[in-house]
Amino acid sequence: MEQKKYDVIILGGGPAGLTAGIYLARGKAKTLILDTATIGGQMILTYQIANYPGVEKISGYQLSAIMKKQATTFGCEIVSNIKINSLGLDSPVKKVTVNNKITYTAPAVIIATGGRSRMLNVPGEPEFKGRGISYCATCDGDFFQDKEIIVVGGGNSALEEAVALTKYAGKITIVHEFDHFQAFEHAVTEAKNNPKISFIMESHIVEFLGDESLKAVKIKNLKTGKINKMNTDGAFIFVGYEANTHQLKDTGLELNKWQEVVADENMNTNLKGVVVAGDSRAKRYRQVTTAVADGTIAALSVLEYLNS
Amino acid sequence: MVLPTNLKHVATIEEYNDILKNNENVMICCGRMGPMCVPVYDVMEELQEEYSHVEFRDMLFDNPHAQIIRSLPEARGFMGLPFTIYYKNGKVVAATSSIQNREQITEILDREFN
Repeated sequence: MEQKKYDVIILGGGPAGLTAGIYLARGKAKTLILDTATIGGQMILTYQIANYPGVEKISGYQLSAIMKKQATTFGCEIVSNIKINSLGLDSPVKKVTVNNKITYTAPAVIIATGGRSRMLNVPGEPEFKGRGISYCATCDGDFFQDKEIIVVGGGNSALEEAVALTKYAGKITIVHEFDHFQAFEHAVTEAKNNPKISFIMESHIVEFLGDESLKAVKIKNLKTGKINKMNTDGAFIFVGYEANTHQLKDTGLELNKWQEVVADENMNTNLKGVVVAGDSRAKRYRQVTTAVADGTIAALSVLEYLNS
Repeated sequence: MVLPTNLKHVATIEEYNDILKNNENVMICCGRMGPMCVPVYDVMEELQEEYSHVEFRDMLFDNPHAQIIRSLPEARGFMGLPFTIYYKNGKVVAATSSIQNREQITEILDREFN
């Protein structure tokens, strides 16, 4: 197994990880960012960012490309689309083995693994992804011109995207598990006032059915337990986000009940030399700006740790 | 009409036919610059060196010439961008709809082109 030594390994190349990379590389720490997917994290899921101070309007893709360039210009190394085989965080030398061929070691690690869209995890969901099931209204909305579709979820994303999808679809049914919505009042009102949108409350999707594309869903009424089959051409799923921490479970790192990493205000976790930044941290607000702030604090905490 | 990526593009049907005629193994990702598409281009860009026996190309979904991909029988039922098509000696051997990660892409490349 090949071994490579760094001063800091950052797990995750979203805005938190890239910001930490910029600060650490400028601080002359030998820094490596590892990402299991594309650099940019959830930023690249955003078509337009208009609340990042100093930049009037920019796509998430462009903003992440700039952050990536800044980090690499200062000397930060970045490896994306890797697979992590093992993680050792509880000893003074942290170890990350990737792609079954390289073990990276460092005295400090920053967890910046971010979050991801939650899936429903019901039968048929993986099979019909891209064949009727979508997680991106702006990407796939135009495939559903005049079609009947469902939107699953009751938060801001679900209701706002349902309204946006009325531009294409003929009829939209929002399926939600509770008897009320978590979304802001204005989003609920806008959806309720749209004649193309109807609602099925207190219900779960239990199965997706079809042949070469999605044709129907099975919906369970949570009050009566009754399961109904409903024909549909498409299903857009917006059931929230979860922390990307499944690989951190047995590392000794303290996670809360939502599997988010617990840290103090300087981003220090319960493990020495391990700090956290961004959406995987237990906190209330998750924005590009808060991720960038976390990344800055995490980097400064790590520099202090390395110098102590 | 091409995508603003670092990959080589397919701009016309003529070019598409030439690429399929002159290369044994071809992967074409047809999409836009959306969140489901960009990660696939990113993986393709990374794989170019390791999979030098595969011709990696992208094509803008909204280019009228992309109709050649949109109307492939293998893409029937596809309702998620990008449409990614794998060709061996000019014939479609695999096709996927929506985002794919590196592992899913290399699984197809290893299976079909090795």
